[in-house]
Amino acid sequence: MIPVAAIGHYEDWWVQILKAIVIFAIALQLLPAVIIMERKLMGRMQMRYGPNRVGPFGALQPMAEIIKFAVKQDMRPRTAVELLYVLAPAISIITAVSAFAIVPFGDTVDIFGGEVGLYGIDVSIGVLYVFAFGAIAFYGLMLGGWASGSKYSFLGAMRSAAQLISYEVSQGLALVGVLMTAGTLSLTEIVDHQQGMWFIVPQLVGFIVFLVAGFAETNRAPFDLPEADAELVQGYMTEYGGTKMVAFLFAEYLNMLTVSLLAVTFFLGGWHLPFGIDPPTWVDPLVVLGKLYFFVFFFIWVRATLPRLRYDQLMSLGWKVLLPLATVNALVTAIVLVVVDNS
Amino acid sequence: MSPYDPGPDVVEVVRAPEPGGAGGAYRAFGETLRGLKTTFARLREKPSTIQYPEEKVPVYPRFRGRHRLHRFEDTGLEKCVGCSLCAAACPVDCIRVVAAENTPEHRISAGERYAAVYEINLSRCIFCGYCEVACPFDAITMGHDYEMSDYNRSDLIFTKEMLLAEPLDRTPLRAEGE
Repeated sequence: MIPVAAIGHYEDWWVQILKAIVIFAIALQLLPAVIIMERKLMGRMQMRYGPNRVGPFGALQPMAEIIKFAVKQDMRPRTAVELLYVLAPAISIITAVSAFAIVPFGDTVDIFGGEVGLYGIDVSIGVLYVFAFGAIAFYGLMLGGWASGSKYSFLGAMRSAAQLISYEVSQGLALVGVLMTAGTLSLTEIVDHQQGMWFIVPQLVGFIVFLVAGFAETNRAPFDLPEADAELVQGYMTEYGGTKMVAFLFAEYLNMLTVSLLAVTFFLGGWHLPFGIDPPTWVDPLVVLGKLYFFVFFFIWVRATLPRLRYDQLMSLGWKVLLPLATVNALVTAIVLVVVDNS
Repeated sequence: MSPYDPGPDVVEVVRAPEPGGAGGAYRAFGETLRGLKTTFARLREKPSTIQYPEEKVPVYPRFRGRHRLHRFEDTGLEKCVGCSLCAAACPVDCIRVVAAENTPEHRISAGERYAAVYEINLSRCIFCGYCEVACPFDAITMGHDYEMSDYNRSDLIFTKEMLLAEPLDRTPLRAEGE
């Protein structure tokens, strides 16, 4: 059998299964924390409290909402295509969790009597893997919108697809600079390259383009056109309710976490701390989580601040501003790299 | 000079700069940062929410809440003499008064007659206060209570006993100068 990709650090099969379970658990545990954080922060930024009735300081609010969704009547339109209608949210959430698998939370550590990497798997095609699953995630939305058998869902799905595809181009191009500088597609090696200096310094333009495109990719304000809760119907999830809609929402929040984690990995030096601070290995995941929460805070902050873009503004920003910027950034990086190498 | 001189009232129109271009991008970026600063500054401020069932906004002395009927403090007799002027003044017809004669053995009010039945249908009442204005004896006044929700419409028809009873102190009254 020809291997699809080289694996940086080989582990036993049972370690891999264990790690998969841990990653799934951690990813789904981060979600309620992010949801309550978003609602509390949004509240405070709008000079109100946010949820504060369920549990201490409203901390159990996500729990209450999930229970509420879970006990809802499960129904679908008569025109829906049943199999795809059920499959679409599953595709969304599976791809969202899958992208988590290769994000490194730290280097290898000694547990279970062997070296275990603090990541799902370290493949030599890490970046491609992330974008591949990002592309499959589109099927979740598009199938969901189409299989609902409703014209509003279908229009919403088309709207989302157009947006996501345009911004994926800039997002990918924004990373080219980083990949050229690091000379690898493996995420752990990219992080190792940032030991001395985080890539945010030489790749500031790439970072900004990646972040803005990330906002659009994850359907977050100010680019939340796919479901624009205030003025359009809920987009591709118009006909969804109950746990299926929760799956879509969870996938969306997971995507936000993934984009934040990727930004941390590619631009903010992963588990490295600046100024030569080198904490013990067990602190590494906490460092990554701290940086992750900084980004989550930024996402929420922007959502509380900026109004939604008009659709043509969204498109022209993606194609006329971000794409040229990312291309020029990649070009300049390439030229600088060649010049530095030859001198 | 134009044929019509508008004088010193003329104000020059201030227009926003043209969108687009490098200047536009710079301004958009700057304004985004300004917006982010504005929302971030709100984090340090206390929310202006009033946690309603626990905290209540004090009402003003002239607040028109649920009606009250009054008695004379010294004799304990009802002030209402059953004249039905309140019912006549009521624009939504929510007051029902049935008068009866006072007798020396059975004296309820200070006048010749008293209200045998006095009902206010609070689900119709619009809290205009005309009844209070119409009453010649200040027998009916608007109280401060505004928490009147109930599960049943018939429970919102308040009888004389309910209106005469001392209301629960549920709503704070605004202090002098507050």
